[in-house]
Amino acid sequence: MKQLTIISGKGGTGKTTITSAFAHLAENSVLADSDVDAADLHLILEPEVKHQEPYSGGSVAVIDEQKCTGCGICVEKCRFDAIRNFKVDPISCEGCTFCTYVCPEGAIVMAPQISGNWFVSSTRAGTMVHAKLGIAEDNSGKLVSVVRQNAKEIAEKDRLDTVIIDGPPGIGCPVIASITGSDMVLVVTEPTLSGLHDMERVLDTAKHFKIPAMVCVNKYDINPENTEKIEVRCREKGVRVVGCLPYDKAVTQAMILKKSVAEHDCGEVTKAVVKMWREVRQILTADTASAGKA
Amino acid sequence: MKIAVASGKGGTGKTTVSTNLALSLDNVQYLDCDVEEPNSAIFLKPVIEEKLPVEIPVPVIDEEKCDYCRKCVKMCAFNALVVLGEKALFFPELCHGCGGCTWICPQKAITEQDRIIGTVEKGHAGKIEFIQGLLNVGEPMAPPIIKKQRSYIKDGKTVILDSPPGTSCPVIETIRETDFCALVTEPTPFGLNDLVLAVETVREIGVPFGVIINQHGIGDDAVDRYCNTEGIEILMRIPWDRRIAEAYSKGEPAVELFPEMKKDFQQVFSRIQDIVRQAA
Repeated sequence: MKQLTIISGKGGTGKTTITSAFAHLAENSVLADSDVDAADLHLILEPEVKHQEPYSGGSVAVIDEQKCTGCGICVEKCRFDAIRNFKVDPISCEGCTFCTYVCPEGAIVMAPQISGNWFVSSTRAGTMVHAKLGIAEDNSGKLVSVVRQNAKEIAEKDRLDTVIIDGPPGIGCPVIASITGSDMVLVVTEPTLSGLHDMERVLDTAKHFKIPAMVCVNKYDINPENTEKIEVRCREKGVRVVGCLPYDKAVTQAMILKKSVAEHDCGEVTKAVVKMWREVRQILTADTASAGKA
Repeated sequence: MKIAVASGKGGTGKTTVSTNLALSLDNVQYLDCDVEEPNSAIFLKPVIEEKLPVEIPVPVIDEEKCDYCRKCVKMCAFNALVVLGEKALFFPELCHGCGGCTWICPQKAITEQDRIIGTVEKGHAGKIEFIQGLLNVGEPMAPPIIKKQRSYIKDGKTVILDSPPGTSCPVIETIRETDFCALVTEPTPFGLNDLVLAVETVREIGVPFGVIINQHGIGDDAVDRYCNTEGIEILMRIPWDRRIAEAYSKGEPAVELFPEMKKDFQQVFSRIQDIVRQAA
């Protein structure tokens, strides 16, 4: 069983477009949407929720006004500027609990937060594990870990070949939680200076966590010169470019029709995605240690 | 006035809007708060004059003094401390720097040391004062960097904060306590889905907001209909234009290609000023 995480660094490069296509093309796979604060994979795969659980990311401090004497010791100790006018701002509170220890009146307690929900659903492309982080909640990395752990367990239980993980943009904690323990990352980039810059950092992140990486250039024909720069850079880094997809308005049409680009004919894009999946699957099932090398 | 430019969905055009807005106005302080993947410098091409490290205070355990009582372990809400037999272990990436363990240790075996997690870079792009944050690769936490950038905000400036994508902690740290949030979206199902989440987030934080539709024409009118139903003002529609996409790919701001767009951005700013004045 192999785990593939699709990330990008830069947002909007086409991770979910590609994940949904791979989901359709892959046999014996389970899907995980680990972009928990802006999940989109469900818009294509239309999951039917079979199981749902609440998720608690942590707790926030609450001050009992009746017991509070306004001594200010909590304000002094709080490093997150979360206590103003002797009320805890739940958005600033990081849940460290320090204030509960220092309050001489015992006026502060921690209230656990239900910060979201996670789901196990069935889709036309297989079982999908996904989540919704509550509004203005933090600890998205932890919720990502819950999604991934459940997807992995389902794959093991049902003896499936692959877990395909739709990752978030960036390189911080939700991305780290999406890639650690994964067998391979596919970095979806675009031929813009922003895409190139962000690809460097996300490849460095994959390397930092020792996960082999491959790259796909989406909308490559917007700037063939930059596409060439990306290919050269990947060669220098020993990273394989597994696909180049052209820009096509049909991709947005597919999205509106709730179809992946493997189901809705998007011409060259569809052909390129199918070809890319074959290569990715081959690399994943081969020896993973040498898999990412160009 | 502080204007945050956010989105929900990545790649809708936050940096496009932020940089072109900055280039159309005067007296600007520009903060690139997408510290995981900052891109604004590609378009504004600033000269960086100062680089300042961003540090979190983390515990250092003196094992000579430590008696493995585990009080620090029990206190740590982030599981950053573990005692295995006679070995005290610390996991720096989990530490939020709250200082609790240092305080609670009965043996005074814990002291604090600063750990660098990233950098804030300051400079100028022409007359624009430029402040970018950079999270070190492998570090999970963006908000402390954004907090440090925001500490350099000056009263009396027009401050533009280019936000990261998503709706979780780095975005909240960027949007909170600003005067207005411009939500940039694309007219597609993903754009709409994430816009709804972003709107709920901004409403929860309590900042006045409006929507900018970028790449107008590539999808459908569902975003328009949503904004209409919710009574959300659409401040601007930037049409999809391959020339803008190609210029963007080369690091060229849209207002350099189409200088007449400056008027559009200035009008958006005027409208934002009106909204903020009314909300006050």
